[in-house]
Order: sequence, then structure tokens, then C-alpha cells
Amino acid sequence: MASPSGDSASRFATQAPPRSGARWPDISFRWLALLAALTIAALIILVGWELYRGSRLAIAQFGINFLGSSTWNPVTDQYGAWPFIYGTLVSSLIALIIAVPLGVATALYLTEMAPQHLRQPIITAIEMLAAVPSVIFGLWGIFVLIPWLRDHLFVWLKHTLGFLPLFQGPIYGVSMLAGGIIIAIMILPIVTSVSREILRSVPDLQREAAYALGATHWEVIRIAVLSYARRGLFGAAVLGLGRALGETMAVTMVIGNRPDISASLFAPSYTLASVIANEFTEATTDLYLNALFELGLVLLVVTILVNVVAQLMLRTLSGGASGKVN
Amino acid sequence: MQHSWRKLKSRAMSGLLFTCALLVMAPLFFVLYYLIREGASALDWSFFTQLPKPTGEVGGGMAHAIVGTLVLLAMAAVIGVPLGVMGGIYLAEYGSDRANYWIRFAADVLNGIPSIVWGMVVYVLLVVPFGTFSAYAGGVALGFMMVPLVMRTTEEVLILVPQGYREAGLALGIPRWKIITVIVVKAALKGIITGILVAMARVAGETAPLLFTALGNNFWNHSLSEPISALPLQIFSYAISPYDDWHRQAWAGALVLMAIILILNVSVRILSRGRKF
Repeated sequence: MASPSGDSASRFATQAPPRSGARWPDISFRWLALLAALTIAALIILVGWELYRGSRLAIAQFGINFLGSSTWNPVTDQYGAWPFIYGTLVSSLIALIIAVPLGVATALYLTEMAPQHLRQPIITAIEMLAAVPSVIFGLWGIFVLIPWLRDHLFVWLKHTLGFLPLFQGPIYGVSMLAGGIIIAIMILPIVTSVSREILRSVPDLQREAAYALGATHWEVIRIAVLSYARRGLFGAAVLGLGRALGETMAVTMVIGNRPDISASLFAPSYTLASVIANEFTEATTDLYLNALFELGLVLLVVTILVNVVAQLMLRTLSGGASGKVN
Repeated sequence: MQHSWRKLKSRAMSGLLFTCALLVMAPLFFVLYYLIREGASALDWSFFTQLPKPTGEVGGGMAHAIVGTLVLLAMAAVIGVPLGVMGGIYLAEYGSDRANYWIRFAADVLNGIPSIVWGMVVYVLLVVPFGTFSAYAGGVALGFMMVPLVMRTTEEVLILVPQGYREAGLALGIPRWKIITVIVVKAALKGIITGILVAMARVAGETAPLLFTALGNNFWNHSLSEPISALPLQIFSYAISPYDDWHRQAWAGALVLMAIILILNVSVRILSRGRKF
């Protein structure tokens, strides 16, 4: 947004005639600013380098097998990342299945249907949801959500969909499904707000053309808006995925923290971020700590890839501003 | 017949979308409801003035954690604000379009890095060399997280300042760095502060980057090179503990933390009300 004035601002800085005599403060100020802007690049390199440095021992010891091995046994110093990768992927997938339809629907309601006086209150509520810290969701998850899931939703799911392996087995409360649900709640605000930006960028001509053909309100949304915005909405979902993969505290508190791979969503699981949060300060051997760092490296690489994809999809679409997080 | 079926479908979908919007907002109200119900009853004067009692004893408070959160936020601001604001100035006032594209891109990617990763990085950077968990390390971790946030909002606000302001300064023969600091930044100050407060509200609730940097502490922190407690850390360790009294205090702590974050957010709203850019 406002990129024309941004262009002229930069032209001002580079092309305005310099005043001789008083140049050094100008030059040093400019260099300071450049230095600050470059810290961004420096931070990315720093993060990658430090995580690599921290995990060298484990990389040398286990090589590529680290990713595929499902033994995680600190006692015998055997480490494999697969249970955590699996837990991260599945819990994020559950979160996306819940959050993307809900978020897109809410964005549609806000841009296409909601009466004017309802829009701002709903937007404010969603912004407030985004402001709730992860650890508070975790606290609420432990004492409110988990008991409710255990006594009601999970029992009902087992009853009605129990023929699927996904919903079989004992119900503990803390579980993969609980983790997925809490992540879904946490990524809803970003999915909704980015989707809303995307939908707002759909030209009104699209809608008017569809109305002119005699389409109903819903048909306009389906034909003119959704099909036009499909790619951007996909970008919003990918951005949500990036968030979901890295969620730590709330997930740690409800997912059960057991490095098992089970077909049942009622079984406890473990994610990359939560095993780091739980075991980092308890890591007794160097190799243990290195293995945790390597998990961090895996998490970093995956989230950066996902974020780059999301940014590219959102950027080509709307020229820059909408991948930003408020 | 065909016509009315389509209308009916449109009506139904509109109802469905509304229900979805309600579902999205529902968690907020449930969380706030329980925060107030459970938290308010556990809040008393000693919560704000006392240290935690030894394990198993009832009572005590989180005074040290409240102070710790404020100290960590201040340190984060010391790192995040200068870097972020100067970087934003570079993006808005100097950089070429292509360089800016990549810096913005990098900032957005950096924003997406999981907060727990920041904790690990600062652990290697500051905790291992100095041999101790410290308030410094916690502040640096939060500060790093603030940089891209502050940078992006600063840039966006500066771009909105009319070009005429800069040209008027140039016409008076004012050096560029002065035009930027005294005229442009000053004009956009409210917006920049808004961005800083939003970033602070965001890192105030972070737990993961503090787990192995600030670590937490059940006593007053006497030096910034020692471990320090913070509300999110205290809430986390109390929430997963087996004691009822600690659960009660975790709710109270959560209520206080939420209040701090809401205060930051409300001041943002008040600030942006009379704001031009």
C-alpha cells in the first residue's frame, strides 16, 4: 500500500542535491539506518548458524537417519525425530482442517454480508483473540477445554464415528486432537485477518458483474469472489500452517507429551516445539542437547520454507502489504 | 420454483457464515469468562506484594514475576526499538525498491520463526558463554522478536507522511538526517509509538523464548545477570503443577498478564484515535 509515495520518498533521499560541508552527519545517519535494516538479514543467519552449531554432534552421529528414526530414548542416548515430526504435522493438519474453513467463512461474512455496525465489533474481538498469550490458552486448555472434550466431545465422537481408527482407543483428555483444536483456536485470528485482506482486494466489478447476471448473494460469493481469491486464500492457509507448526506453550500443555505414533487422535502425542520446551533444561548429555537442537533446526527449516511459500503467494497477489502480521 | 430454491440457499449460506463468525469469537469469550471467574477470586493484595511460599504452603504471590515481566519488557524495548525504528527509517526514506523488497521479505519470514527457536538461539549466544541463565538473555530474546515487528510498522507509518513535508525541509536547507528525525519521524511519532506498543504487547505474553534464557526464579532478582521470573513462566510452571493453590494463582497471574496486554492494546487504540498518519 502507498507504494507510489514510498518510491518518491526514496528518490528524495538519493537524488536531492547534497549540501557540501554538513555531509558527515547525513552519511553516518544513513549508514546507521542501513545497519539497522541489515540486522534482519543478520538475525536470520544468526538463527540458522547457532542452531546448526548447537546440533553438530547429533548431525554427525545420526546423519539423515535422525529424521526417520522413531526411537527417542535419552537413557541409551538414542534419538530420532520422527514421532515429533509426525505429531507436529498431524496436529497442524487438524488445526488447518478446523481453522481454514472457519476463518475463511468469517472473513466472507465480514467482507460480504455483515451489516456495517457489526463489522468493527467482530474485527475487534478477533484482534483480541490474537492478543491472548499462548500460555493462557494452555491454562484454559488444561482446566476447561480438556475436561469438556474428555467428557463430551470425545465421547460423542467415539460413539458416532468410532468405526474409524481415528476415533478409537481409550480417552485420556490430553491428546493429539486436543492439541489440534487449541492450535486451531490460536491460528484463527491470522487466517481470518489475512483472508479478509485478500477478499477486500477482490474488485467490486467482479461482484457487480455477477449480480448483473442475476446471481443471488451466495452465488456472487461463490462465482465472483471465492474463485477470484482462491490463490490468496490458499496463501492465508499456508501462513496459518507456518504459525501452527511453531506453536509451543499451549500445545505442550494439552497434547500429552508422549513420543508415540498412534492412529487414534485420542492418544497423547508430542510436537517438535513441545519436546524442546519440555526437555531442554533437563538434557543431561551433550548428545541429548544436540539432538534437541537438531529438532529445533528441523522446525526452523520447515517453518521458514512454509513462510516463504506463503509470502510469495500473498505478495504476487497484492503487491506487498498483506503478508504482514498485525 | 428454481428461483426460490436459489434464494433459500443463499439465505442458508448467509446464516452459516454468521454461525462461523460466532464460533470464531466464542473461544475469546470462554477464555475471558474463565479468566475473570477463576482469576478474580484468587487475586488479593498479597498476590501483588509477596513472593511465592515454599512448595505446599498456601498463600504467597507473584510480585517478583510482575516486576520481572516489566523489566524484561523494558530490556526488550531497549534492543528492539532503536533497531526496528532505524531499520524502518531506512526502508521508508533511503532504500532502493529492490533492496526494500528483500528486507521486507526477510522481516516477514523472521516474524514467522517460532518463538521457541529464539530461546535456543539466545541460549547458545548468551547463556552458554556466560555460564548462567540471566535476565539479559531473556531481554535479548524478546528484543530480537520485536525488531521485525517494529521495523514493518515504522516503515508503513513513515510512508504515509506527505512528500511535501520533506520538500519543505529541503527548501529550507535542512540536512536530510534532521529532516527525517525532526520533521518526518516527529510527524509520524504517534504511529511509531503505536507500533512499538503493539510489538510489546505481543512479546509480553511470550513464554517459550524465556524458558531457557530467563529461566524463572522464585525470589527477587538482584542482578540482571541472574535468572529472572516473568508472569508467563510462573503461570506455566504453576499450571502444570499438582497443587490446587498454585492452579488458583496461575489463574490470577493469567488475569494480571491479560490485563497488562489489554492495557497496552487499549493505549494503542487511544493513541491512534487522533492520529493523522
